[in-house]
Amino acid sequence: MSRDIQIGADGRLNHFISLEELPRELMEELLTTAESFIDFATRNTKKVPLLRGKTVVNLFFEPSTRTRTTFEIAAKRLSADVINMQSDGMSTTKGETILDTVKTLQAMHTDTFIVRHSFSGAADLIARHVPEHVHIINGGDGRYSHPTQALLDMLTIRQRKPLFESLSVAIVGDVLHSRVARSEISALKKLGTGEIRIISPRTLIPTGLEDLGVRIFTDMDRGLKDVDVIVMLRLQLERMEGQLIPSEREYYQCYGLSEARLENAKPDVLVMHPGPINRGLEIASSVADGDHSVILSQVSNGVAVRMAVMTKIMGGSSTAN
Amino acid sequence: MITAIRNGRVIDPATERDETCDIYFDERQILSSQDAEQLSVTREIDATGLVVCPGLIDINAKIGELGSGGASTMHSELRAALSGGITAVCVQPDTVPVIDTPAMAYMIRDSAQQHESVRVIPLGALTTGLKGEALTNMASLKAAGCAGVSNARNAIHNTLLMRRAMQYASTFDLTVFIHSQDPWLTGKGCVHEGEMSTRLGLSAIPEAAETVAVARDLALVATTGVQAHFSQLSCARSVDMVAESRQRGLKVTADVAIHNLHLTEFDIQGFNTLCHVLPPLRRESDMNGLREGVRDGTIAVICSDHQPCGKDDKLAPFIQTAPGISGLETLLPLTLRLVDEGVLSLPQALACLTCNPAKALGLELGTLSCGAPADICIFDPDETWEFDPEKMLSRGKNNPFGGMQMRGKVIHTIVNGSVETDSI
Repeated sequence: MSRDIQIGADGRLNHFISLEELPRELMEELLTTAESFIDFATRNTKKVPLLRGKTVVNLFFEPSTRTRTTFEIAAKRLSADVINMQSDGMSTTKGETILDTVKTLQAMHTDTFIVRHSFSGAADLIARHVPEHVHIINGGDGRYSHPTQALLDMLTIRQRKPLFESLSVAIVGDVLHSRVARSEISALKKLGTGEIRIISPRTLIPTGLEDLGVRIFTDMDRGLKDVDVIVMLRLQLERMEGQLIPSEREYYQCYGLSEARLENAKPDVLVMHPGPINRGLEIASSVADGDHSVILSQVSNGVAVRMAVMTKIMGGSSTAN
Repeated sequence: MITAIRNGRVIDPATERDETCDIYFDERQILSSQDAEQLSVTREIDATGLVVCPGLIDINAKIGELGSGGASTMHSELRAALSGGITAVCVQPDTVPVIDTPAMAYMIRDSAQQHESVRVIPLGALTTGLKGEALTNMASLKAAGCAGVSNARNAIHNTLLMRRAMQYASTFDLTVFIHSQDPWLTGKGCVHEGEMSTRLGLSAIPEAAETVAVARDLALVATTGVQAHFSQLSCARSVDMVAESRQRGLKVTADVAIHNLHLTEFDIQGFNTLCHVLPPLRRESDMNGLREGVRDGTIAVICSDHQPCGKDDKLAPFIQTAPGISGLETLLPLTLRLVDEGVLSLPQALACLTCNPAKALGLELGTLSCGAPADICIFDPDETWEFDPEKMLSRGKNNPFGGMQMRGKVIHTIVNGSVETDSI
């Protein structure tokens, strides 16, 4: 049961579920492939025929704009056919289990499913129950994993600061509910990042997070001291029901990324955010749109990374050229 | 009809007996050898090389409910119990409908009797509908055969009501069985709060969910003097608290589910829903603390906490799956494994499955002394076999120990003098 299901019997990447078990070389190979796809977006002809004749299903049990769209663009640039299925219209609301839904779609002879689900482990579960020729790519499950997001963030960092061993990276905000934070920690560790810091109030830090090899700060100014990269997490307002923070105002006062706070970091610090942004709640507009921000670059890298993952999994050659 | 079990290793922890000898019984009770020799033995069972012990008593098992339409039926689950050497099972009152009236207690016992010979002992509800609002008619429940009272896994929020429930139960010498769990700290959690919950992003149940509740309930036991039994402890810290209260002279006993003595939070790796149980599997230090508690007698009883689930109940994202393990048929071999691992002696291990649960339930069972009901388990302590959950008689095949080499196999289960020979 605990065997890594991502790698098939032939040693190929069969599914893309989480970065925890993924070998470092494979992760770096994906980043390099993604880099080769980046220039590509600026060409006149944006399509390559790598996945012609293949079908990709965006199976989203939870709403998403950014992730779904970038997966769709990525698949289309690779000449695959794309079908979008959003949870609202899907039969799971009528009591059909997710496995039934997947089996039904499989019978239509589809190759790859991008799965997003609100429960941790959903993509893993589906991957364990599909035949070998069907591939599952995790588009984010519960609080567990969002591997393409972490990969695109690594790419964004690597383009500007390639020596991970010498970097200090701060992840700020609601780690408790964040699959992005978990995948980010896995990815940064795998690449040998010098120091990973978590900055958050105690109520939003899961127990035992230190065991994952991160340093925890509750004071934002101290935590940001001399960091090279800041990853801001979205404050998931809908999940604060249990009074995890007293008020948005106090949260911003203590953990909002303002221009003044940014002064603590290195002069060439990168500011990242997986989106969607709550302006004025976790980050000041002037910072989100400022010189240090690489937020829009993250989005365009998202397409390249997803192209790389799909190419690796669904076959074809590994680079655009 | 007199039956003789010849030449087995007779282990009767209740009387500290451990010798190779013969055991005699008729269709009702264990006979002394003098009595038996005067009458004629009509049937013989050769138990050479086998262990002969009292029939096992499982203090906590779900055996298929009347109106729930669930995966299991009383028939299949009681067959499963017999094949596991179990001759008596105690059921919590959270059946459908709840055992909160004498009629329901009679009904459970009667319908069990229609199916199989296994003794089914109900616990009555502590509060009506297990809602934690009003006391049940405990004196009548006792008269209807309930061995104690319990609110099953439904926490009683109101501390004053809990105290009164204990006071009232003690009025009738009823033992209160308690699953201590703070409802707020438990919340919608599904796994132990620790490294694995953090890594897998699963909602967590902290240690304090149990320890806070155990501390509260022990304080109430101290003020009411009630006989209390703590069911399925999962934290080492809880064992310490129970041990301390026993030293102070409180009438407190406790049990642990066998899987909490063999598995830890790390067994949920890969979202293994077969290891989704409540209370959750905790740290290795907790498992060791629980083992130590069993060894030193703080925890006197080991149970299966049998909860059969259908295939689909375990086939969903982790948090959406039903908790529980189908454990009747692995209770004995997994307990014997504790002997192999040097945690318990064989008589100690068998005490946790026989006389100790009988004592906690106030039953005249769990012994091979003369005049006791002829409930006997005969097993081969040396037979090793590979466990295959699909071959279990229980309708629930949800057991995470599949593929494990088990040692110890039930050969005969005898209930009330009637010999059952099924084994898995």
